[in-house]
Amino acid sequence: MRRRLLLLLVLTLACGAWGVASAQEIVIGLNAELTGSIPVVGQSSRNAALMAVDEVNAAGGLLVGGTRRPVRLIIEDNQDNPAIAAAVAQKLIYQDRVVAMIGPNASRDAIPAATIAESARTPMISPWSTNPQTTAGKRYVFRACFTDDFQGRVVASFVYNDLGARRAAVLYDVASDYNKGIAEIFRSSFTELGGQVVAFETYTTGDRDFSSQLTRITALQPDVLFLPNYYSEVPLQIQQARNLGYSGPVVGSDSWGSAEIITLGGQAMEGQYFTTHYAPDIATPEARRFIEGYEARYGATPDDVAALTYDAFGMLFQAIQAAGSTDREAIREALAQITEFTGVTGTMSFRGSGDPEKTAVVLQIQEGAFRYFGSAAP
Amino acid sequence: MPFVAQQMVNALQLGSIYALIALGYTLVYGVLRLINFAHGDIFMVGAFFSFFAAAVLGLPFLPTLLASMAATALLGVMIERLAYRPLRHAPRVSAVITALGVGLFLEHFTLASVGAQPRLMPPLIASAVYQAGPVRVTTVQLVIFLVALLLMLILDRFVNRTLTGMAMRAVSWDKSVVPLMGISVDRIIALTFAIGSGLAAAGGLLYATAYPVIEPYMGVLVGWKAFVAAVVGGIGVIRGAMLGAFVLGGAEVLVAAFLPSTYRDFIAFGLLLLLLIFRPQGILGRREVQKV
Repeated sequence: MRRRLLLLLVLTLACGAWGVASAQEIVIGLNAELTGSIPVVGQSSRNAALMAVDEVNAAGGLLVGGTRRPVRLIIEDNQDNPAIAAAVAQKLIYQDRVVAMIGPNASRDAIPAATIAESARTPMISPWSTNPQTTAGKRYVFRACFTDDFQGRVVASFVYNDLGARRAAVLYDVASDYNKGIAEIFRSSFTELGGQVVAFETYTTGDRDFSSQLTRITALQPDVLFLPNYYSEVPLQIQQARNLGYSGPVVGSDSWGSAEIITLGGQAMEGQYFTTHYAPDIATPEARRFIEGYEARYGATPDDVAALTYDAFGMLFQAIQAAGSTDREAIREALAQITEFTGVTGTMSFRGSGDPEKTAVVLQIQEGAFRYFGSAAP
Repeated sequence: MPFVAQQMVNALQLGSIYALIALGYTLVYGVLRLINFAHGDIFMVGAFFSFFAAAVLGLPFLPTLLASMAATALLGVMIERLAYRPLRHAPRVSAVITALGVGLFLEHFTLASVGAQPRLMPPLIASAVYQAGPVRVTTVQLVIFLVALLLMLILDRFVNRTLTGMAMRAVSWDKSVVPLMGISVDRIIALTFAIGSGLAAAGGLLYATAYPVIEPYMGVLVGWKAFVAAVVGGIGVIRGAMLGAFVLGGAEVLVAAFLPSTYRDFIAFGLLLLLLIFRPQGILGRREVQKV
């Protein structure tokens, strides 16, 4: 009896070892901000990633070179820390031997991770990093979202034309690539349109008191306040601005796109506008299928990070199948040649760079929900 | 200059909170010559205790303050008993490393138990804004000034006018003689940790009331700043910690008010470094004479 058990154990172990060692599975890494200052971003990204991979595996896997092969997802936490994001990228690429990496999401993490992916010649798709530097000059790095160059122009034009503002004030986190990049692009685009940026104030990640900068801003009486910052800080900034006597509109960017901003900000967020990647309330058939699936599985409306992560996986799956191989170089070629991918966040195509061509939407917060306000094409 | 007056109100708010935290550093340093690097995280735990008292138990402001101060004081005593007392005669660097370890432990314990997502502190004080001449003051700010001032007055009285306070000062002066007077040094040190941690909890509640988004890493930056305030004021000197906190709050706010805000911390801390070059013992500190 004991001998038979032993034999069974050896067989099981052998099968297990064979399973791991087999070239059947396609290993994909997710480098996400599961803890740190924006954990909701990482959690949405993980939820969407699990959903995308489970859907493919339920259908038998990806069709590569005539055989269906299952996908295995390895999820690592980068703690929203640039150094750890780079270390996680290294671990996924060299130790887990992933064929491609999805993430990180925040630009401050995506930029260092992109450098690692580029030098290791491994395809990387950042779902949510909008800073131009993430893909600039890199062959292996792609993104599923538009860039800050584009978004900055869209916000500036919205503020100037739709809100009719001429004097804008900006408060942004100078220690974060995303916030700094978009603030600067907003300033140059708004000035080009004929507006004036009367205040351009900064703080650093982790600050909770903005009263000094906001006192200065309020004294200059701007028509609009632009806060291209993350969801954990924006509610405090608006609240402090209101206490100091600022009563005008507040505008944000896609870093606002988490429902958490409404939980934390409540009434202070009501009526404010921001630009983002998709509007859940005017969904296309692809988007509706995704939103319904996500709501059924997680009991929450997917935010933009979830939608973009899902699209990043969709593009990667399409590229792997088109390449007919799990060779990293072949996948990169196939990604670069995507001319039309219809995802949850709209139609995308790559034309010679890692940045897709797509549209942006403006949302307004009404009665505690994100509502579609308008769209903007390049 | 309505603009400057408003900035002074902002500085007072920051200074009051820094003061409550800086006192904890200075009290512990006074009796143990230990820089308690876990103090910023004790402040964070205090804010979370307040959050649970307010959001889960639904207590109003004053009971929340007392409950959170009591719970955090107990935590401080436990940390001293379990982590610092066994190392009291170990080399000083071991104690400092232990303090850093305790701080990381508190951060990651909170992270693991309550999660990483920021929490919203329910408003405990009805928010209203008063226009007093050129400045706007909120009810929250008034409560912060009052509570901080009251706690500082009580502490000052306690340390300078009571027998227990005298014992604390005696321990700070010379630990070897105090037992000869029939005073338990252990008990005085535990009491010091209780008071310091209780004040940090008060700071945590006031901070969470003013900036109602709390998360496990909130104590790191604030803790460092309060530590700097304690050193600038003269570490080990109670009134020095209060003064240092207002000097630091003022420096931060005024630099951001008149110079580009990107340079705020760089200039504010640069000025404090300069001050320490000329007065290494801090504003109210006494030079320590090494006995050979």
